[in-house]
Formats: sequence, structure tokens, C-alpha cells
Amino acid sequence: MAFKGVLRPGLIQIRVLNMDEAINHYQNILGLNIVSTEADGRVYLKGWDEFDHHSVVLRQAESAGLDYVAFKVDSDDYLREIEPKIVAWGLEVDHVPAGEQPGVGRRIGFTLPTGHRIELYHQIDMAEDHPGINNPDIYQRRPDGMGASRFDHLLCYGPNIGKAREFFCDVLDFYQPEKVDLPEGDGSLAIWLTASNKAHDIAFVEHEEPGKLHHVAFLLQDWNEVGAAADIISINDVSLDIGPTRHGITRGQTIYFFDPSGNRNEVYAGGYTAYPDHPVRSWDFDHVGKGIFYYERSLNDRFLTVLT
Amino acid sequence: MRYRVTIENCSETYPCSEQQTLLQGMEQLGKRGIPVGCRGGGCGVCRVQVTSGTFSKAKMSRSVISEADESKRIVLACRCTPTSDLSISVVGKMQKALSAQRLIETEDDVSVAAVG
Ligand code: FES
Ligand SMILES: [Fe+2]
Repeated sequence: MAFKGVLRPGLIQIRVLNMDEAINHYQNILGLNIVSTEADGRVYLKGWDEFDHHSVVLRQAESAGLDYVAFKVDSDDYLREIEPKIVAWGLEVDHVPAGEQPGVGRRIGFTLPTGHRIELYHQIDMAEDHPGINNPDIYQRRPDGMGASRFDHLLCYGPNIGKAREFFCDVLDFYQPEKVDLPEGDGSLAIWLTASNKAHDIAFVEHEEPGKLHHVAFLLQDWNEVGAAADIISINDVSLDIGPTRHGITRGQTIYFFDPSGNRNEVYAGGYTAYPDHPVRSWDFDHVGKGIFYYERSLNDRFLTVLT
Repeated sequence: MRYRVTIENCSETYPCSEQQTLLQGMEQLGKRGIPVGCRGGGCGVCRVQVTSGTFSKAKMSRSVISEADESKRIVLACRCTPTSDLSISVVGKMQKALSAQRLIETEDDVSVAAVG
């Protein structure tokens, strides 16, 4: 197997202010399916094209934002072997026992110098309602709402993103398909990192406040589905941020909007195929507008300041 | 029932129904003054202080509005509906991600109008 170690961002736990509103949004607007609701109030959902038990966890809380993102790894051996390397790099590792989330095995967790909690896990049950395996149909039934097929990536804002890059690349074997450089010095304003063929599994923007969430993104099939998502946003009066548009960076076709608690969502299609031997695509600071919003060619204030 | 909302910082005034949040009322009429962010009580950019009048408010993210804020009638315009004529002053700092960000010229800027 050529594809080893970290496989993908597989689980994300998001804080919401009101669970009923959040369920309506993630289920009826995004089109994820509810897998289970647990005694502690957390709600578990998945996209129609995901095999694993769930990918999105909603937790009602007093503040919006990101609890953590968890990456699925290829084996329990990897989980055992990576732990001392994470510790040696300088992060404290804690353990979350199997069963803390339904269908999920043990997880290990740590906090990045950007203030974001990251977890790794290997074992997760297969969903009951999984994509077809034997003579598979496209899907069993037409998805609801935007029909988001899976959780795709996230963008985090926080300090020390250079350290985060070092950690992901040196310890977890990620690579960096793309970056935006700062006008002075050799630091970056923004970095896109992947463990896979996707242009990004996780991205960071340098920002003084730690642990902030910019957006959680879900995959659509094509530009037509992004257009249909825009229709659904208007029909349901969902809070729109920007789009439909395209990113120069990653080339993804996109629309940004907000969940009812103010967490930014993205639905995304396309984007190039990344390989670890490709050069790092670089954007100069004075081209960042086009990099982020390819058609508008300018950043808006909201992109840099509206976070949860 | 419609009430009159006055934004003191820029002497803007607009009507707002009790079915609408202060932010919706402003945005819908194409008015400016309060920075517009998530519209969901999560990001905190629409912070305003109500200097006169009465209002009702929905749940706001604690990380952007503290109890002390609330006791000073500081609220999020996207979670607050008028129950009388209101005067408000914009108190949210449109905090810059980087001071270098000023180098970027933005045109479609709903937000900067507010603070400046
Ligand atoms: S616009 Fe985000 S809290 Fe009001
Ligand atoms: Fe994205």
C-alpha cells in the first residue's frame, strides 16, 4: 500500500449554540444523515458517501467553534508508534478511551502550538447505511439538501502556523501543496497541508488568537452542485458569506455560508490532485486576493476577521 | 410593529421590525454601520451597546459576549430584536488578523464603514 499512516480528517466535533437549529442545518441544508443521538446530547452525522460510522459530531455549548478534528490512521500499530514521536517533538499526548464516541476506538489527542486540539484514531465501525460495496449503485437514495458527500477539510486560524507545518510534515508525514507568504521575512500567512491526494486536508492562517475555526468544508461533486447549493442557501435564508466562486489556491469551486451558530461552512468541488513530489505552489502577499477568491480578486474583511 | 434604530457612531437610522434582528433590519435596507459577520451569534463582530430603548435577545456565544458585557447592555446585533425605538453604538473592534492586512485594498466592504 502506497498510502500509509494518516489517511484523512475523519471526525470533527463542532460546538453549536442550539441543537435543534444545528440539526436542521446539517441535516436538511447540508444533507448529512443523522446516525445517532447520545445520552450526553451529542448528535452524530455522516455524508452519504462515507463508510465510517460518522464524521460530524455536534455538541451544544455556550460558545460556538471547534472542539477538535480527528484524523483516521491506517492501523493501531501506527497509533502506538506515532505517540512517542509526538511526545519527542514536544507535545503532551492524552488518551481518549474507546467508546467515548459511539463506534469509535481509542483516540490519542494533543494541542498544536496554534491552540487547536488534534486527535488520531484507527478503529471505527462501518456505518449501517454505508455506500454500496457489491455491484454498488451510485447511492441508495437521493441525498437531501445540498447532498454533501463527505467531510473534506477544515481551515484553522491561530498563532505559530510555521510550527504547525513543521509538526504535520516532520511528524505525521503530511506535505504542503500550497502557501501564501508574508510580505516580509520567510514566514507564511497561510498554509495548505495534506496527507493524501487532496489539495488540503487541513489549512492554517496566521492569527493572534489561538484555536479559532474559519470553516469546515464538505465535498460536492461538481460546479452544478455548488450552484444548487447556492439556490438552497437562498431558498432557506441561510446566512451567506461569499460565492459561488472559485479559489485560486487549490482551484476549488466553492460557496461559504454559516451554520445557525455562526460556524462557517463550505461546500466545495474540484481542485487539483496533489502529489508529494510536486513543487509547493506559492502566492505572494500582494496576490492573496486572487489566491483566496479567484473571481473577486480581493479579500473581504470577513475572511480575515469572522471566526468562531 | 416597526421601531426606529439609530446607530450613533455614524448617525445612520433605519426602521426595524420586532420580527427582525437589528442586523437583519440594517442589511435588508442596504444600510451600513454595524459590521456584518456570521449573523448567528458566534463570531462577535456585530457587537453593539444599546444606549437607550428596550430589546429582546437570543443566545449569544459566551466567547464573544461575557456576562459583564450583557449587564452593560452590550449585545450582538444579529441576536437582538427591538421592542422599542433604540439607540445603539457600535463597540466591536473589527480586529485585524494582521496589521499588514491594511495593505489589502477591499472594495466590497460592508464592515469597515462601521468603525471608521
Ligand atoms: S454577525 Fe457574527 S455574532 Fe453577529
Ligand atoms: Fe476550504
